[in-house]
Amino acid sequence: MALVLTEEQSMLRDSARGLISDKAPVAHLRGLRDAKDTTGFSRELWTTFAEMGFSGLLVPDQFGGSGLGCVEAGIVMEEIGRTLMPSPFLATSVLAASALSRGGSEAQKAQHLPKIADGSLLAALAIDEGAKHRPLQTKLQATRAGNGFKLSGDKAFVVDGHTADLLIVAARSAGSAGDKNGLTLFLVDPKAKGLAVERTAMVDSHNAARIVFDNVEVNADSVLGEVDQGFGLLEGVLNIGRGAVASEMVGLSDEVFGRTVTYLKERKQFGKAIGEFQALQHRAAELYIDIEITRAAVLKALQALDADVAKAATAVAVAKARAGTTATLAVQEGVQMHGGMGMTDQFDIGFFMKRARVCQELFGDSNFHTDQLASGKGY
Amino acid sequence: MADLEKFRAETRAWLEQNCPAEMRKPMTSDGDTFWGGRNTKFSSEARRVWFERMRDKGWTVPHWPKEYGGGGLDGEEAKIVRQEMAAIGARQPLTSFGISMLGPALLKYGTEEQKKEHLPKITAGLIRWCQGYSEPNAGSDLASLQTRAVGDGDDYIINGQKIWTSYANYADWIFCLVRTDPAAKKHDGISFILFDMTSKGVSTKPILLISGYSPFCETFFDNVRVPKSHVVGTVNRGWDVAKYLLQHERAMISGMGERGVGRPLGQIAADSVGADAQGKLDDAQLRSQIANFEVDEAALAAAAERAVDLAKAGQSHPAFSSAMKYYGTELNKRRYEILMSAGGIDALEWESDRSRGGARPRAWLRTKANSIEGGTSEVMLGIVAKRILDLPGA
Ligand SMILES: Cc1cc2nc3c(=O)[nH]c(=O)nc-3n(C[C@H](O)[C@H](O)[C@H](O)COP(=O)(O)OP(=O)(O)OC[C@H]3O[C@@H](n4cnc5c(N)ncnc54)[C@H](O)[C@@H]3O)c2cc1C
Ligand SMILES: Cc1cc2nc3c(=O)[nH]c(=O)nc-3n(C[C@H](O)[C@H](O)[C@H](O)COP(=O)(O)OP(=O)(O)OC[C@H]3O[C@@H](n4cnc5c(N)ncnc54)[C@H](O)[C@@H]3O)c2cc1C
Repeated sequence: MALVLTEEQSMLRDSARGLISDKAPVAHLRGLRDAKDTTGFSRELWTTFAEMGFSGLLVPDQFGGSGLGCVEAGIVMEEIGRTLMPSPFLATSVLAASALSRGGSEAQKAQHLPKIADGSLLAALAIDEGAKHRPLQTKLQATRAGNGFKLSGDKAFVVDGHTADLLIVAARSAGSAGDKNGLTLFLVDPKAKGLAVERTAMVDSHNAARIVFDNVEVNADSVLGEVDQGFGLLEGVLNIGRGAVASEMVGLSDEVFGRTVTYLKERKQFGKAIGEFQALQHRAAELYIDIEITRAAVLKALQALDADVAKAATAVAVAKARAGTTATLAVQEGVQMHGGMGMTDQFDIGFFMKRARVCQELFGDSNFHTDQLASGKGY
Repeated sequence: MADLEKFRAETRAWLEQNCPAEMRKPMTSDGDTFWGGRNTKFSSEARRVWFERMRDKGWTVPHWPKEYGGGGLDGEEAKIVRQEMAAIGARQPLTSFGISMLGPALLKYGTEEQKKEHLPKITAGLIRWCQGYSEPNAGSDLASLQTRAVGDGDDYIINGQKIWTSYANYADWIFCLVRTDPAAKKHDGISFILFDMTSKGVSTKPILLISGYSPFCETFFDNVRVPKSHVVGTVNRGWDVAKYLLQHERAMISGMGERGVGRPLGQIAADSVGADAQGKLDDAQLRSQIANFEVDEAALAAAAERAVDLAKAGQSHPAFSSAMKYYGTELNKRRYEILMSAGGIDALEWESDRSRGGARPRAWLRTKANSIEGGTSEVMLGIVAKRILDLPGA
């Protein structure tokens, strides 16, 4: 498949860009941060997202969505990355929609997917427990009780966990930390007894939560996919999420790069534009090259996911590893080349640096994915 | 050597007896730094005791002459004091731009009267200084600064704006670069002048940093009257003083970061990523990044020690502080990238008590300025290329 966007995809990008740059420039995030907004995103904008068909982008047609793929989700994520718009899109429309449509029973799909598509249901995926992303190390315990289970343990870094109407929780129903077998995904009502959600204020002013499960009862119908065999489903969903976050990082990197190049042309020192200094020209050129290479790797991964999620692991590892290092480089160069200005809160560059750090950690950092690649190749 | 060994033993014993236990613990926040000044407060009783004992011993600045409140130590002795303080993790009793920047310039260029007036107040922590160099249009190109000082009898009348003035809102006095001859070539019309921040016409406006703190300001001068006797060095030759001071500032910045103190990075990382039975970090990539960092850090520490010894032996290149500033600050940024990676999710929290108000990410963001303040990394490399390598056109 050609590694260029089709006409429809370009149109999608244009309409996403139009909406997001108009309604949610970086000032939007800044405003939410400064107001200490407890929702952390605009519900009104989410409604618009639904009206434009973005919220149900990955939801199959028969459940009211547009039935599009990861490339399209990546296109929207890239635009989100450009303005750092806080949005339920990742957690609800990418992660939860993929988990439900790939692993859900007909009843589960019929119950939740239409509501994701129409924007009325917000969901979140609860995976991480320790300081680093290690899904295989999942310890949150699922113990059989009656015809259902009881869940006990802690989750961290649950994106949008504080506003979710539905949680998708990875739990250990058998085996021990590190085992592939014995993981089960559950659909959990955040209002269930024994469940406590704490919104965690993050460096990037985006949303995340820590969630404590204390003998939370769930019935057998709430199992998503198969008992003890949830890892395959989870891995696929995570890979789709990783592709999406990698796209966000491409958008973020490209935007920082663009702003920096503009500054190189405007800022004058020693009687000339600082962009006339070859030391900076070469670094800008290197960053451009780095971003273009990452952009290709990310598009390749998104296409691989659309072709067959089960075979996309290596391409996704490459994409997420690259996106992490590229975004890190882009924001570091962005701050450095802006000199003192780059260090000020008043200037937007710092917001990009903060978000890049969080995206790096989200669903595995560059180290994690480099290691995945090596392990996948058997060394 | 025997004398030095004796001095070391005495120093060790004195520190052991006089440094309170609380002052041997790593600092946990900016608030633990004691800056001195008219409006200062001690963060704790131990803080006060430690500062006063060191002040009375002359060891807030061990290598300055005794007559100015220093310890009168020579280079070897001062190094021993530093080493013995480091050995027990003793905190700096006093941190100030007076010590690290203005003092050396005054010692070299100041009149006896100026030294007597200002140095004792620096060593005693009575006056806090700030640095008025950068302007909105004079950053890397510092010599293009436009703040004007116009003669009026025995005084100058100063007008203009500085920016990025660290702690201007807390400082008592400023050392400032002003243009006294607008007709001369840009490096030749600058003077280095000192004045009280409470002078009429001085105002400051804090600038918020990406770390969420406000350590620096815009500083405005509106017809500020300053006696001409406050110029340090020769009128219109302030650039020499400014550059000499920058060498010291750069040496100070290159030494920033908690080198070698506190828990080893690898152990900090092990807390969050885990370790195997042999104690090896569970993240092979992170392990090698940390190990590479520590190799470079140990080598830099040797280079820093050598730089001091070379200077003492009269063998150092005056621009070498730029090389050290470049390497030291880039390394400190790397350290914090590693700390963020090691801390993972926990290091992303911004406000919680659990994260001590986001101490780690805020410190990480602050380090990004290390390669900008005191002259950017690009400017440092340019100086090395020009002054040390003598490359054409550089
Ligand atoms: C294996 C090989 C195959 C080649 N094949 C061909 C060929 O098929 N056809 C052909 O026409 N030529 C060919 N060349 C020549 C090549 O194009 C030149 O070597 C190249 O342009 C560099 O010129 P130079 O050797 O004169 O080095 P110089 O121009 O003297 O450069 C010396 C160093 O200075 C650096 N430098 C030069 N200018 C700048 C600048 N403005 N900014 C920063 N750094 C600079 C260079 O990067 C280099 O490191 C080949 C060279 C090699 C090594
Ligand atoms: C935290 C912090 C504290 C500070 N404290 C003080 C203080 O107390 N007092 C004070 O006077 N100043 C202070 N500064 C200011 C600092 O010295 C300047 O920010 C610095 O010199 C850079 O100037 P600038 O910000 O105008 O950047 P610019 O000079 O505009 O630089 C922008 C970019 O262009 C690059 N560049 C510029 N010229 C060249 C060239 N010739 N070749 C290659 N690249 C080039 C720079 O390296 C940088 O990457 C502080 C700055 C910071 C961030």
